[in-house]
Amino acid sequence: MITPRNSDRIAVFVFYLIAFLVSALLAALIGYVLFQGLRVVNWHFLISPPSFEAGGGIGPEIFNSLMLLILTMILTVPLGLGVGIYLSEFATESGVTRIIRICIETLASLPSIVIGIFGLLLFVTILKWGFSILSGVMALTVLNLPVMSRIAEDAIRNVHRDLREASLALGATQWQTIVNVVLVAAIPGLVTGIILSSGRVFGEAAALLYTAGVTTPDLHFQNLNLFSSNSPFYLFRPAETLAVHIWKVNSEGVAPDSRQIADGASAILIIMVLLFNVASRWLGRLIYARKTGQ
Amino acid sequence: MVNINISNRIGKYTTFLCAVLIITITISIIFLIAYKGLATFARDGVSLRDFLLTTKWNPDATAAEGGPFVGALPFIAGSVAVSLLALLFSVPFGIGIAIFMSEISAGWGRRIMQPVIELFVGIPSVVYGWIGLSVLVPFIRNHVGGMGFSLLAGAIVLAIMIFPTLASVSTDSFNANPADIREGSLALGVTHWQTIFMVMFPAAMPGVLTAIVLALARAFGEALAVQMVIGNAIRLPTALLSPMHTMTSIITMEMSNTVMGTVSNDVLWSIAFMLLLISFAFIVLIRTINRGRAVR
Repeated sequence: MITPRNSDRIAVFVFYLIAFLVSALLAALIGYVLFQGLRVVNWHFLISPPSFEAGGGIGPEIFNSLMLLILTMILTVPLGLGVGIYLSEFATESGVTRIIRICIETLASLPSIVIGIFGLLLFVTILKWGFSILSGVMALTVLNLPVMSRIAEDAIRNVHRDLREASLALGATQWQTIVNVVLVAAIPGLVTGIILSSGRVFGEAAALLYTAGVTTPDLHFQNLNLFSSNSPFYLFRPAETLAVHIWKVNSEGVAPDSRQIADGASAILIIMVLLFNVASRWLGRLIYARKTGQ
Repeated sequence: MVNINISNRIGKYTTFLCAVLIITITISIIFLIAYKGLATFARDGVSLRDFLLTTKWNPDATAAEGGPFVGALPFIAGSVAVSLLALLFSVPFGIGIAIFMSEISAGWGRRIMQPVIELFVGIPSVVYGWIGLSVLVPFIRNHVGGMGFSLLAGAIVLAIMIFPTLASVSTDSFNANPADIREGSLALGVTHWQTIFMVMFPAAMPGVLTAIVLALARAFGEALAVQMVIGNAIRLPTALLSPMHTMTSIITMEMSNTVMGTVSNDVLWSIAFMLLLISFAFIVLIRTINRGRAVR
C-alpha cells in the first residue's frame, strides 16, 4: 500500500539505485577502455610513428599532445591570472567589468569546433601560419583562457579578507599585497584548477582538427634546429595530437589495425586524464599542508 | 616611494590589458564568423528562408541545375533532435544524483559521487565517440535494429557527456537552499521524500533550469563524439534508428572539402554563425532564469 511512509522508502531506494547505476557506468566505461587498450599498448606502440601497415604506433602523437599542452599553459596561465587578478582585485562594478564578464561567458560557451574554424580562418589562413603547432596553441589558448580566468578569479576571491587587510595595514601597497600575499595564499586553488584544465586541453580534438592539423611530418628527435621542418620543436609544422589521432583513424583510417590503434590511444588518453585528476588533488593538498604548517 | 607606486600602477594596467585581450578575442571571433557567415546571404544571394526552411542540400550544384541548394534544415533539426533526446535521457539521472548528493546521502554518498562526476567530465569527447562507435553502434545494430549509426546512438553518447553538467550545477543549487526550509518542513511531520519533492525541489528550480540550459548548450556544441556515431546522412531526423546529421558534424566533415570563398564553404560559416547565435540565446536564457540572483 502506498502510504507516505512507503513512498518515502521507495524514493530513497530509487536514488540509491541511480547513484549505483551511474557509478557502475563509469566503472564500465573506464574498465572497458583500459582492458581493450592495455592489450595493445607496449613500448613499441608508445614510441614508434603511425604506419599505413599494421604495427604503427602513436609516439609522435603523444609528443605533440604534450608539446601543445605545455605551450598552451605557458600562454594561458599568466593571461588567465591577469584577468583573474583584475576582476577580483581592481575591477569596480562598472560597464567595462560587465563587458569583460559577458565576453568570458561568451567565449566559454562557444562550441569548440567554432573556435577551431575561427583558428582556421585567422591563424591558418589570414596570418598564413598554416596547419601548425602555433595555430593549434592559439586555438587552445582561446578555448582555455575563459576557463583559466574563472579558475584564477575564484581562487583569488577565496583568499581570506583578513590576509589582505593585515598586509595593507603593514603599509604594503595593493600590488605588493597581491603578489606577495594574495597570490601565495591562492596557490592551492590555482594548482588544482590549472591541472584539471590541463586534462581538458589534453583531450581536446575539435578545436585542433583545422588548426594543428591531422598529420605529423617525419620527426627527427636528434634535430634540435628550431627552424628545420622535421625538428620536433619547429613551431610551423603540423602536429596531430593523440585525441585527433583517435578521431582520424576512425574516420579515414587506412591501417588494417586501426581498431587496435584507437583502443590503445584511448587507453593512454584516459590514463593521462586520470593522472591529471589524481595529481591535482594530491598537489593541491600537499601545497596547502606545506603552507599552513600541518 | 615613487617606485612602489609605479609598480602598483603597472600591475593594475597589465592585468587590465589581459582583460582587454579577452574582449578583443571575443569581438574578433564574433566579427569574423559573422562576416563569413553573412556572405552566403549578402554575396551569394541565398535567401534566409531557403537556408532555414528547405531540406535540399547540394551547395555545389550550378545555377543551370537550379542550384546551389543550401537547405540547412536537416542539420538544424538534427541538432535539436539529438540534443533534446539526450536531455530527456540525462535529466532523470542528473537531477537524481543532485538530490542524492545533497539530500539523501550528503556524507559518504557525496564523497563517492563527486569524483565520479569529475571523471565523467575528464573523459575526452573522442573517447566517448570511440566507445560509442565500437560498443554502442554494434549493439544497436545487433539488438535493436537499423545500421547502428543513428539518432539513438548520438543521443545516448551525448546524454552521458552532458550528465556531469546537469548533476554538478543542480547539486550546487540544492546545496544553496537554506537549511531552515528543510527543517521547517520536517518539523511539520512531512516525510523526507515529500520534503525533497515539495519543498527543496521547487526552491532549487532556477538552478536546475540553469543546469538544463547549460547541458543543452553543451549538447548543441559537441562535434566529434556525435559525428562519430550519428551516421552523417543528410535527412530530417524522423526515426530513432536512422542515420542523420547535425550542425557541428557537417562543419567537421565538410570544412576541409570546400574552398574558401565558394558557396559551399560560405554556407558552413553560416551554420557556424548560427551556432554562435544559439550560444548567445542560451546565455540570455540563463540570465533571464537567474534574474536577481548572483550568477556567473
